[in-house]
Amino acid sequence: MIEKDLVILGGGAAGLSAAIEAHNLGIKDILLLEKNNYLGGILNQCIHNGFGLHEFKEELTGPEFMSRLAQKVVELNIPYRLESNILSLTKDKIVTYSNDSEGVVQIKAKSVIVTCGSLERGAGAINLAGDRPVGIYTAGEAQLLLNSFGYLVGKKVFILGSGDIGLIMARRMSLEGAKVVGVAEINPYSAGLNRNIVQCLNDFDIPLYLSTTVKKCIGKHRLEKIVLAKVDNCFNIIEGSEFEVDIDCLLLSVGLLPNVALLNNLGLNFSSSKGPLVNQDYETECDGVFVSGNGLHIHDLVDYVALESREAARGVKKYLDNKLLNKGHKIIVKPGKGILYAVPNYIFIDEADDQITFKFRVNKPYKDIDILFKIGDTVIRKIHKNAIIPSEMEVIKIEKNKFVDCFDELTIEIKE
Amino acid sequence: MKEMICIVCPRGCHLKVNDNNEVSGNFCPRGAKYAIEEITCPKRYITSTVRTINLKENLVPVKTSQSVDKKIIFQVMEEIKKAVVDKPIKIGDVIIKNVLNSGADVIATKNVG
Amino acid sequence: MFDIIVIGAGVIGSLIARKLSSYKCNVLVLDKENDVGNGTSMANSAIVHSGYDPVPGTNKAKFNVLGNKMFPKMCEQLDVSLGKIGSLTIAVNDEQISTLKELAQRAKINGVEVKLLTKEEVIAIEPNITSEVKGALLAPSAMIVNPFTLTLHALENAVDNGVNVCFNEMVKDIKYVDNHFEIQTEKNIYQSRFIINCAGVYADQIHALIEDIDYEINPRKGQYFLLDHFKPGFVRHVLFPLPSEKGKGVLVSPTTSGNYIVGPSSEFTSSKDDVSTDAETLKSVRQQASNLVKNIPFNQTIRVFAGLRPTPSTHDFIIDFAKTNKQFINVSGIESPGLASSPAIAEYVVDNLLQSVFTLVKKDDYNPIVRKRINPKTLSIDERNALIKENNAYGKIICNCEKVTLGELLDELNRSVPPRTIKSIKKRLRMGFGKCQGGFCHPNLIKLLASYYHVDMQDILYDGENTNICCFKK
Repeated sequence: MIEKDLVILGGGAAGLSAAIEAHNLGIKDILLLEKNNYLGGILNQCIHNGFGLHEFKEELTGPEFMSRLAQKVVELNIPYRLESNILSLTKDKIVTYSNDSEGVVQIKAKSVIVTCGSLERGAGAINLAGDRPVGIYTAGEAQLLLNSFGYLVGKKVFILGSGDIGLIMARRMSLEGAKVVGVAEINPYSAGLNRNIVQCLNDFDIPLYLSTTVKKCIGKHRLEKIVLAKVDNCFNIIEGSEFEVDIDCLLLSVGLLPNVALLNNLGLNFSSSKGPLVNQDYETECDGVFVSGNGLHIHDLVDYVALESREAARGVKKYLDNKLLNKGHKIIVKPGKGILYAVPNYIFIDEADDQITFKFRVNKPYKDIDILFKIGDTVIRKIHKNAIIPSEMEVIKIEKNKFVDCFDELTIEIKE
Repeated sequence: MKEMICIVCPRGCHLKVNDNNEVSGNFCPRGAKYAIEEITCPKRYITSTVRTINLKENLVPVKTSQSVDKKIIFQVMEEIKKAVVDKPIKIGDVIIKNVLNSGADVIATKNVG
Repeated sequence: MFDIIVIGAGVIGSLIARKLSSYKCNVLVLDKENDVGNGTSMANSAIVHSGYDPVPGTNKAKFNVLGNKMFPKMCEQLDVSLGKIGSLTIAVNDEQISTLKELAQRAKINGVEVKLLTKEEVIAIEPNITSEVKGALLAPSAMIVNPFTLTLHALENAVDNGVNVCFNEMVKDIKYVDNHFEIQTEKNIYQSRFIINCAGVYADQIHALIEDIDYEINPRKGQYFLLDHFKPGFVRHVLFPLPSEKGKGVLVSPTTSGNYIVGPSSEFTSSKDDVSTDAETLKSVRQQASNLVKNIPFNQTIRVFAGLRPTPSTHDFIIDFAKTNKQFINVSGIESPGLASSPAIAEYVVDNLLQSVFTLVKKDDYNPIVRKRINPKTLSIDERNALIKENNAYGKIICNCEKVTLGELLDELNRSVPPRTIKSIKKRLRMGFGKCQGGFCHPNLIKLLASYYHVDMQDILYDGENTNICCFKK
């Protein structure tokens, strides 16, 4: 069986960033596998701008951001294979993939970084009720069809969910001549970035209905209309608040989930982020298997995906140098009051770098609050925030020396 | 006093502009520039795709080289719809020069061979 | 002029067509849909019931028990995977335990092997069963099957043995003239000596075209959850609550593809094509299932759907000649346990009913075995590589969630009942059945089909007319 020091599963922003960093750290025996016939993953269809302010200090479109990474991978001669679909990953890090030129290939990897990105939640996941006509698409599928294939999926559009992809598609379809009738969000606040509300909805006079959901879809062959309804605090439909909208297309932008399909055979535990539990270096509970990017938890910015994946590559370097043994003192990181999830899920403090990066999201919008990092009742770090919203991922670094005292549990919580 | 959300970067600062055109709430200088522009002549970048002929991919993604007057974005879209790329193109190559005399070029954002 | 026209390409019509294809006769199958099994046969519980609970002496009891026994051989011939997993009917209080004992008696009369299990025995074989469990009735002969695959392979086998099929042909009128029928569809007129009416929920309307009828087929809706294959062995048997007047109740079962199915609800609906779902009913299905199995991970739902049972006002299967015309056979009201009964019904209709009025002669060259499909997932790596060496399309994965290869798609496109729509490919190959629900693979699939059929992506339909996924070309 072929052996490799590092196999990277997925050639999107995360995989490419990890590959470049690993190469720069001296890991040369790499293979990156990508299922499509191009590198860059989902960035190829994200033709809008807003990427790269952190990574490249300039505002780029998705294809530009991806081209810079892909070009670097080519320049550095990092081996990669396109149109290669990963069939499985085992506990002993045997990667099996298939393509039409080599057939089914197995590789014994010393280390693996899984960078498989995310999946969109669809009609099934939200139990969308009513008829099941054609005309209901996830926002990402509509984006792929429009930006990569050149087909508009509707002329009179409604969008369920105010996630960023939905907002971006509201603008994109408006520019292409579709009428976007409105956006409904089941929460009493938007799930997207504020700037996208302004430039994607307000600019085109598209109303945003908060605390509203789609009660029913109607249409025999093709979607004809939807019934919208207001919801209460527990997301129950308020009877009598229903109203109908005639449309030919409903886009769903109701959240992303880490794509963990390849991790299913590893016996891992999962976090409230829906990704696997990882240590401070993004290594899962399976020795030598690392996960980064949207495959670990959903990021708000691709820049942070790239950054995290470079950190994961540094973790791989430590692992290959036998400096990441998951030994010594272990601290469990607990998302406390108001915190949806936190990464990492546990820290082997003796093996951690000098600075530990924490990423987390809050469960709803807050104003004028403190974020507390607590060990027992002792607050080791307090950060004040004027405003904090679930659509933004928080990143906070804490010096390792703050953790000198002996303890086993760190809680991150919100104090109002 | 006018309030707005900055769209220059994903940070989305809450900006305030007072009657003397002084901006507050901005994290960076670009926010101040945006706020003044938004009051006087709002501008937006446009991104879209242009059809290709005889190339590997059917479409090439494009953007305006600078933001254009918000009032003409649908007219710019019409120009973009009319355009066709028929030979290999690289990131940054100009597809429409000075579109509608806006001062902005429509440029490719992907290499398409 | 055809000898026999079968109206309806569901599981009953297809198995009848297959049976007819073993005889020397000229057969045509008509269906209003664009594909085989697009109605009840596609959206049901996918269970081959053991036959312990229908009232003894009914058609349901008779054909269920006979049909169940025919499944293993039929599925082997038709290359359809069959899960011989058995069913458990769960009692959750003492009263239900005594009902279980009555049901065990009924099973004996119907000739079905069953066994009463204690609470401990149930927990040992179903760890996730409700903690309220008091005991269960095990019916080892209950099985799971993919009803669509069965329907497809049956019709394909029929076509390979000489049967003709026309899709998109909705029957509008039937006239009996000069000892034969003239069947008028929206587009054509077909002539035939015999008609076998297998039109599912529409069978009463078709029957009423030739004589007055005194019954009706009422569509009774069942709503389901389909969960992802998150964990093998989460439930291991078909799990039923105790049956009631409304039917067998909300069941929880694995499917042959490793998914889990939860449902169905049971409500009459006025429209014969209403397969909509509603939040309230789904909530109640969820509730009822939770009384059976604990901690069902509904967050693993990949889709909710509804199917229609063709419920006859006569309460039993209608399998007989028309009152006034012995050239017209009705096979209608085939609701549950219709799937389990289907092979026995097909045999009875052809060999007993039809043969009593029309002499059929066996074909010498009839081949009951369908050409095997290659499923790369079931092969070893060496076998798989040998296959790819021969045909590299089997190396190219075109659906990431379900790991479907281009080779499998091309094979389907070249068979005698080929898929024309995205939905028909989905039903055959499970493309778009996984977590992404087609979001990633459908656009590329549409492109592939468009180039295969030399049309624009706009011309590829999802299902019926006006269902193109790519609507407006830029």
